[in-house]
Amino acid sequence: MATRRIGRSTVRFAAPPVIVSAGTVAGPMESRGPMARWFDEVVPDDMFGERSAEKAERRFMGDAVKIALTQAAVQPEQVDYFIAGDLLNQVITASFTAEDLGMPFIGVYGACSTSAQSLTVASALVDAGFADLALAATSSHYQTAERQFRYPIELNIQRKSTSQYTATGAGAVLVGRSGGKVKITEATVGRVIDMGTKDPNQMGPAMAPAAAETIFSHLADTGRDPGFYDVIITGDLGSVGSQILLELMQRRGVPLGDNYADGGVMLFQGVRGTGVGGSGCACSALIMDGFVWKRMCEGEIRRALIVATGALLSPLSWQQGESVPCIANAVTLQV
Amino acid sequence: MEGSSLDYVIAFLVGGAICAVGQAVLDLTRISPAHMLVLFVVVGAVLSGFGVYDRLVDFAGAGALVPVSGFGHSIARGSLLEARRLGVIGLFTGAFEFTGLGVATAVFFSALIALVANPRA
Amino acid sequence: MASPGAKKQKADDRAKYQKLASSIVPRPQLARNIAVAFVVGGLICALGQAVMNAFIASGMTGDEATAPTLATMILIGVVLTGLSVYHHIGEFAGAGAAVPITGFANTVAAAAMDFKREGYILGMGAKMFIIAGPVLVYGILAGVTVALIKWLSRG
Repeated sequence: MATRRIGRSTVRFAAPPVIVSAGTVAGPMESRGPMARWFDEVVPDDMFGERSAEKAERRFMGDAVKIALTQAAVQPEQVDYFIAGDLLNQVITASFTAEDLGMPFIGVYGACSTSAQSLTVASALVDAGFADLALAATSSHYQTAERQFRYPIELNIQRKSTSQYTATGAGAVLVGRSGGKVKITEATVGRVIDMGTKDPNQMGPAMAPAAAETIFSHLADTGRDPGFYDVIITGDLGSVGSQILLELMQRRGVPLGDNYADGGVMLFQGVRGTGVGGSGCACSALIMDGFVWKRMCEGEIRRALIVATGALLSPLSWQQGESVPCIANAVTLQV
Repeated sequence: MEGSSLDYVIAFLVGGAICAVGQAVLDLTRISPAHMLVLFVVVGAVLSGFGVYDRLVDFAGAGALVPVSGFGHSIARGSLLEARRLGVIGLFTGAFEFTGLGVATAVFFSALIALVANPRA
Repeated sequence: MASPGAKKQKADDRAKYQKLASSIVPRPQLARNIAVAFVVGGLICALGQAVMNAFIASGMTGDEATAPTLATMILIGVVLTGLSVYHHIGEFAGAGAAVPITGFANTVAAAAMDFKREGYILGMGAKMFIIAGPVLVYGILAGVTVALIKWLSRG
């Protein structure tokens, strides 16, 4: 009998694990946005002085991990699991970082929902007594994502009215039994939802139904209404996708109020050349591990629902004419 | 073509119009830029076959040749002229009669530039 | 697996959702985009005309000037790509930058610069034509076919 399950998709941790520390590293575009002051490190050169963008992305993740460990004064040997993922094939950023760290490694993939996904796994391991300390990390990089999913960087391409901009950066969260103010109390693991969106320039509209499904399930499973939360933040729907989400929730009879915001919109508000908002694993990670966690430590936010959204497509699948399967993973953070 | 200033105006208008059609295709359909370019090069070759593109080139010069549809026309035209001169072999060597120089230029200088320049976000 | 009824339901749900989404997704700025593509594409072609006139002035016929004109425009496109300028023109002008042959050159140079990180043979060498390849392939297929038909029909 699974004693921690409440409802179809949600678990409630018996002894809620806490966020011991968190580290965020952001690139140059991200540092021009309104969230900049919540990041631990801002790197003006998105190449990090490296020869390839893939190497640079590893530096972002490596630094985020280092910051989290340093803050908590924890040595790598004390961490039981490193749970990480990114957008690149075979999650190479996570695996190569894991090799550097030498911790037992669980590679995860949830596209841009990886921040909440990895935090869920880390929390479950700690809560169930498999670990005292687990480290969850994720990253994305504009250049590596463009190269893998779209086109060469210097190619002449005009952004569409729904295009988003992949965030460059990384976030790492150290989860433990004690020693932190912010608790991870519930986690809702999403189902894969595909509502038939085929246009790779429409990730927000593709992911909105998955976000709606997960928020709806979460509220149903926990018996809460949206007003329970100080903030409900989706990962990276962008302005178009979040508008669709609001409409979907309205139609399902659970309208979201002023406490709703989207991470992609928050990250790049007022930053030129970023389309309808940010995307990528780093988008929700920077918002959750930077802004939300720090505001919660200050006591300004007491209850947060983070709904990280991910588009589970590959260049292969859309070239073969498939629509975009999407997922949203949610975690409840409480002070 | 005499090199009068009218040349430039006509090249601007015709070339611009072809690009405007391309933009309309990009914005009004869901096809990718790569598909649009393929469409244009094929349309250029087909119009060349009907003799339409030759007349457009006579009228607009670079305005018709510089857009990628002109690339398709140049392949078709080169192929036809050489076929008439050399037979079947010309049909194929002629494909590069007007375009071979450009393709080789693209390869050579792209490789050269890649040696010294890096992509910047 | 899903029953036929469930499949139909799913298809209906998808169609309904796509209708909702497209009612919210903003339309492209068609007038602005087309106007900019027209002006920028037109300017590039006018530049091409200047190049062509120069070759003609040096004593070439129009046919003779075609190849060097295209090659010169391609060189310009490659250099502007190397200077990281051309993708800005593309972001601004869309098809106005993509349709002229300078855009073709950009696709080759951009791929070369980008993929060299995977090595000069399997990266740059193999992937240089990753975008421009289809243009060459279908240009040659269509051009040769058209020429063949015309040649056979009139000799």
